[in-house]
Amino acid sequence: MDQAIIGSIFTVIVFIAFVGVLYWAFTSRNKARFDEAANIIFEDDDNKQPNDKQES
Amino acid sequence: MSETTQVQPNYNYKVVRQFTVMTVIWGIIGMSIGLLLAIQLFAPALNFDTPWLTYSRLRPLHTNAVIFAFGGCALFATSYYVVQRTSQVRLFSDKLAAFTFWGWQAVIVSAVVTLPLGLTSSKEYAELEWPIDILITLVWVAYIINFFGTLIVRKTSHIYVANWFFGAFMLTVAVLHIGNSMAIPVSFFKSYSIYAGAVDAMMQWWYGHNAVGFFLTAGFLGMMYYFVPKQAGRPVYSYRLSIIHFWALISLYIWAGPHHLHYTALPDWTQSLGMVMSIILFVPSWGGMINGIMTLSGAWHKLRTDPVLRFLIVSLSFYGMSTFEGPMMAIKTVNALSHYTDWTIGHVHSGALGWVAMVSIGSVYHLIPILFGVPKMHSTALVNVHFWLATIGVVLYIVAMWMSGVLQGLMWRAVNADGTLTYSFVESLEASKPFYVLRAIGGVFVVVGMLIMAYNCYKTIRGSKAQLVDNSAVATA
Repeated sequence: MDQAIIGSIFTVIVFIAFVGVLYWAFTSRNKARFDEAANIIFEDDDNKQPNDKQES
Repeated sequence: MSETTQVQPNYNYKVVRQFTVMTVIWGIIGMSIGLLLAIQLFAPALNFDTPWLTYSRLRPLHTNAVIFAFGGCALFATSYYVVQRTSQVRLFSDKLAAFTFWGWQAVIVSAVVTLPLGLTSSKEYAELEWPIDILITLVWVAYIINFFGTLIVRKTSHIYVANWFFGAFMLTVAVLHIGNSMAIPVSFFKSYSIYAGAVDAMMQWWYGHNAVGFFLTAGFLGMMYYFVPKQAGRPVYSYRLSIIHFWALISLYIWAGPHHLHYTALPDWTQSLGMVMSIILFVPSWGGMINGIMTLSGAWHKLRTDPVLRFLIVSLSFYGMSTFEGPMMAIKTVNALSHYTDWTIGHVHSGALGWVAMVSIGSVYHLIPILFGVPKMHSTALVNVHFWLATIGVVLYIVAMWMSGVLQGLMWRAVNADGTLTYSFVESLEASKPFYVLRAIGGVFVVVGMLIMAYNCYKTIRGSKAQLVDNSAVATA
């Protein structure tokens, strides 16, 4: 295999991996998890937690 | 505080306090040296004919002091703070934390001593000689163990996105530092890089641009993802976008280095690849910026009353500006005009003073009252004064360098009908002089702002009693 083929294969692998990340981030199954994660920063507060909902 | 019985975990705030205070002190020192250099460019007599006050020796001291001392301390402070607060657990090891603090200060003091003496490996942003490089490596490994150790023992199920950025920054900087600093020592103070020629240049800018990408961007994005939502009192605009932002940013940045070597001995295809990757980098950069700024959507009124939030949001505006400018300057035809001119210096400071310094300053203003157990800074009005000084200073600086840089580029490329150069170098230097004065005025604004910050922090800390007893500070924000 020459360098061009290895480079092409690598590009395809990175592309598929990125599509995988997109799917993982935007699948509705993970929505609740990420909403919860976004609020971690308010969890150890002594005052009440803001529950503003944002886009995600 | 009374309605909850849940006591906060016993966080290690001592190391965060130490690094936070040193952030302010090194900021003043590093920026003052920069101001002296700016004045030297139009008043060269200010080197007093002293070798260790010459521009060539102080310039690396300035860059090391602002990047690694000011920026580094800010990163240590915020990453140690954020990883504890978002993992809800004390730092993995207090001893390692103390080692990283004192070790890092030793690195900085070594730089302050060796660089003015002219001891340098001559690699930009990696000038420190090999014994200091080894100390940096030891401190960094301790830092990584402590940070990831804390993540391993965390009490929360999810690792908050800020920690992903901090973690990527630490691991990549370790690889970059070790890769680029490989050298053969010939004496205690002198070593030679194991790389030669174009390979050395490629290694240097693989390191150099990723120092920008990971030290000065990924780490500070970690800061952004914690302190912007926290100060605004609402979660980040889109947590999902932050995930895409993270993976896109870290996988693209690493390829952008060759744009520092356009029209050099570097192979042409490498230059073009570096250019393309730099242009694509615009997308995740702006994705992150929009994510940060939009966190305020529906709460824009908070900007009117909260100068700390203003620091954080304006830093993101500068981030957006410089990450638009950067990809544009990486285009070879634009670079043919901009390279080696003051435009580059303006671009760097738009990122360094506008983005990195302002997001750090905002974070420090957020941290100081919490760390020292007082409700707020001594004077909010002075925070506001600092905000305007910093903003006006940075804008003066950038505008001066844009004008000077484009002028230089145009004068250097101008040719007469017979092919000879229209202008000599000295003529372009004379043309830049007024802009150098304007830049120094901008620098005065920035340094005065930092001095006001130091005064405000001093009064806040002195007004609190909490610093007497370690770990007794109860966070109120």
